[in-house]
Amino acid sequence: MSGYAFDFHGLRLEARASGALWWADGGWLIVADLHLGKSERLARRGGPLLPPYEGLATLERLAAEIAVLQPQRVVSLGDGFDDLAAAEALDPLVAASLARLAQGRGWLWIAGNHDPGAPSGIPGRVADSATLRRVALRHEPAEGPDIAGHFHPAVRLAGERRRAFLIGRDHLLLPAFGAYTGGLMHDDPALRALVPQGLAVACGARAIAMPLARR
Amino acid sequence: MILPAAFQDWFARQGWQPHPHQLALLAAEGDSLLIAPTGGGKTLAGFLPSLVELAQAARPDGYLENREGRKGLHTLYVSPLKALTADIGRNLARPVAELGLGVRVEDRTGDTGQSQRRRQRIDPPEILLTTPESLALMLSYPEAPAIFGGLRRVVLDELHALAESKRGDQLMLGLARLRRLAPGLRVAGLSATVEDPQALAGFMAGAQPVTVVEADPGPDPDIAMLPTARPAPWSGGGGHHAIPEVLAAIREARTTIIFINTRAQAELFFQALWAQNDENLPIGLHHGSLAREQRARVEAAMAAGELRAVVATGSLDLGIDWGAVDLVIQVGAPKNVKRLVQRIGRANHRYNAPSKARIVPANRFEQIECVAALEAVRERDLDGDPRGPGPLDVLCQHIGLTACAAPFDADALYAEVVTAGPYRGLTRPDFDACLDFAATGGYALRAYDRWQRLMLRDGLWQLRDPRAAKLLRMNVGTIVEAEMVKVRLRGRGGVPLGEVEEGFAASLTPGDSFLIGGRVVRMDAMREMVIEVTPDPTRQPKIAVYSGVKLAMSTQLSHRVLALIGDPARHGALPEQTRDWLDLQARVSALPEPGLLLSESFPHAGLWHFALYGFAGRNALQTLGLLLTREMEEEGLGPLGFLSTDYALLVWSLDPLRDPPPLLDRARLRAGLGDWLGGNAVMKRTFRNVATVAGLIQRNMPGQRKTGRQATFSSDILYDTLRKYDPGHLLLRITGEEAGRGLVDFGRIEEMLDRSPRREHRMLDRVSPMAAPLLLEVGRVPIRGEGRERLAQIEAEALMAEAGLEGIA
Repeated sequence: MSGYAFDFHGLRLEARASGALWWADGGWLIVADLHLGKSERLARRGGPLLPPYEGLATLERLAAEIAVLQPQRVVSLGDGFDDLAAAEALDPLVAASLARLAQGRGWLWIAGNHDPGAPSGIPGRVADSATLRRVALRHEPAEGPDIAGHFHPAVRLAGERRRAFLIGRDHLLLPAFGAYTGGLMHDDPALRALVPQGLAVACGARAIAMPLARR
Repeated sequence: MILPAAFQDWFARQGWQPHPHQLALLAAEGDSLLIAPTGGGKTLAGFLPSLVELAQAARPDGYLENREGRKGLHTLYVSPLKALTADIGRNLARPVAELGLGVRVEDRTGDTGQSQRRRQRIDPPEILLTTPESLALMLSYPEAPAIFGGLRRVVLDELHALAESKRGDQLMLGLARLRRLAPGLRVAGLSATVEDPQALAGFMAGAQPVTVVEADPGPDPDIAMLPTARPAPWSGGGGHHAIPEVLAAIREARTTIIFINTRAQAELFFQALWAQNDENLPIGLHHGSLAREQRARVEAAMAAGELRAVVATGSLDLGIDWGAVDLVIQVGAPKNVKRLVQRIGRANHRYNAPSKARIVPANRFEQIECVAALEAVRERDLDGDPRGPGPLDVLCQHIGLTACAAPFDADALYAEVVTAGPYRGLTRPDFDACLDFAATGGYALRAYDRWQRLMLRDGLWQLRDPRAAKLLRMNVGTIVEAEMVKVRLRGRGGVPLGEVEEGFAASLTPGDSFLIGGRVVRMDAMREMVIEVTPDPTRQPKIAVYSGVKLAMSTQLSHRVLALIGDPARHGALPEQTRDWLDLQARVSALPEPGLLLSESFPHAGLWHFALYGFAGRNALQTLGLLLTREMEEEGLGPLGFLSTDYALLVWSLDPLRDPPPLLDRARLRAGLGDWLGGNAVMKRTFRNVATVAGLIQRNMPGQRKTGRQATFSSDILYDTLRKYDPGHLLLRITGEEAGRGLVDFGRIEEMLDRSPRREHRMLDRVSPMAAPLLLEVGRVPIRGEGRERLAQIEAEALMAEAGLEGIA
């Protein structure tokens, strides 16, 4: 399969090659940092006029995971939208696609630093955090054990930069799922402090696990 | 015009005689183009008409007094180098003072301070010295018509160099604007020796008539290979075998410039030179990765005559004429006869004295290339390829900057743009597509009409938000460099040493040592895009892989090289070891020759390698590499990467390529090219340049320092997104066209196939003599495919096993 299965504080989880996290026992699909509406926000603020297709691209990948896994519930781990105005001015094609995906399943939007309030007109519930058994789900990692996003972690493997999960003792950090998102290398001091050792699971055509040793 | 008496006297006082070409430029009625070797008084020739006019204007009936009784900008000088503008300023000061012209000469570059810039916009000097980027910036200000309205003359220096890149296209668009702002403007282009002066004239003047003046090229240069006691290495190498002879040559000359093709090689050669420099001859280093302060110090020492030699890359191809330079040494193959001739011209700036140059081939293959190049120099057979039409990404940027200056009418702007030489053939639909891109992004899906950048109001295009002008101006220019990371000494002060490419920086871990600025340093830490280092001379350095620009070997020179290799009767012209090497190749495999396309497959380091001796230049062979690896991927051979040099292509794969001729079928390759705008690294690199120049990707953002956390996503993502959702987008079209010219060069693949009807493939059990140098080349292009996935898995498994983690899941 294209995922990497592991245990985290009693939860049996799978790091998917797509960058999504799958909790099969409860049927939860967890994704971080979708950053929908990023091109719109940049254009609105007088920045570059980026191709306005990142929402379609992101949701297309999410739709593929949903089609395969049929989750009961989808959790967006914060920064689902690039800002609240972007969430409210979502492209009709993207909004329609989102509505289709949310049909027949729960959807939880955890607030991030880009989207702290509650976007209106979006399917699903909004919360500051959630818990999965003993494990907290939140945007920015705090007291462990928790599952978080925010950092957009990445690793270098076979000469290439890849988005990656970082699995440590206290924190499980998800890669950014959004199409227009940069990455922070796993050995950046900010990430080293959170996950000093453990495993990285690189995303791509397959999920590839590698140790997070100091090199 | 004729030379006034005061000027004749001034020439006589200097002990000079005006050169015929200087007088010819003075006599020219309209635009003129001067082709002259270095040292021919080219710059003075360009300025002489201006100085004569300004002298006449100093009289009461002179024209320069305008309504306010103030003088205005008379002459604009544009050069590719900031350093050159400063130097020209100094050189002009003397005639201006001695002839009592009473005019101000100032420069305006990226280094000019804010207050001076502001003053220049209100009260410009009579002569302004600038660069293409600074000109584009000045033209984007609302004051541009006031500044340039009275302009009489433009001098374009080193035009041959500007015409080789998009900087030239941007300059020509600026020139078209200047001609409209200042009707009757006269332009003088100054160029080194080029193969086709008429083409350069058309580039500069469009449909305007131009007087082309070709100066006497002077005597033949004194040029030869530098004999060395030790033979050139069998492969690779940076010319280190020649260190004793190079030192001896430096000792005998007054001042020497040593040209080397890449920055990393320059660092290594410089270090090797000092290791044997027992007499402590003052020798400096100059290349584009060094901090500006460092380069400025070397240039100042050179100008002051304090250095006996400087090791340099293309960074010194242009620039200040150091009269004391009497020897040029070219280490490594020159790739291009024209550039070699221009480099040779850097030695001995006395007109009508031969330039002296010596060539040091770095390995045996280069010996062949050098012999071929020397023949071409002696026969004055210059090479060069015709220039393509003006690129549209530059036009996109130009349109944005035009809107910064003032609202504009699309018809009028189109009419102006087609007067620029490179854009003579621009169609209206193409112009409109660029305008649409500048205005809205040009996407098929009009997702955010509200946020477009340019709006049509009352028939004129203007910025929706005037604040956007700041961002557009911050991103002026067409030079797109690789992402660079600064290198600084650790501790207080933190002396800057230079920059390295981000990819190289990413490969370093604390404790690693590398070479920069001629010394070995140890990496301590990386903070916010700065590498902190401490000197560590005891360590063996990791070789710096930061690279300069790589030129493809010219078609003409490759033909000469192939003809020389393929004709054993002519091998007598080659050094003995090179003859032996070719003999060995002939015995082990075969020699490439005109009419024959030779290839080999052999195992090496656990992988299969395929070498093809195409002699088609590195760009065309790179394209061939992309096409070929795609076919190999489809056949399940697991290609992992390839590299191209000027003479050969090397592909490595998990399984061997046994029967190449079907893959080298012309129709099949062309079909591959059709849908080839695929996800490969070369196209992405091309796209990144195009998107940056056109303004989709911004290099500079106001008040924002990039940190790791905010690192922008890569341009590859934009490329992939556009290909998927908007395949007809303008930037993809420009990327395709660009690739068709520079990086892809498919025409040269066809030329290679046409000239080699015979195909021969050898299966070998080990590396052949000719393939050996390829294994040491840098510039490998990875292929993302099944082979890479297999390898990534193997690498990760090895790491897991090493950490005792295998089987944990």
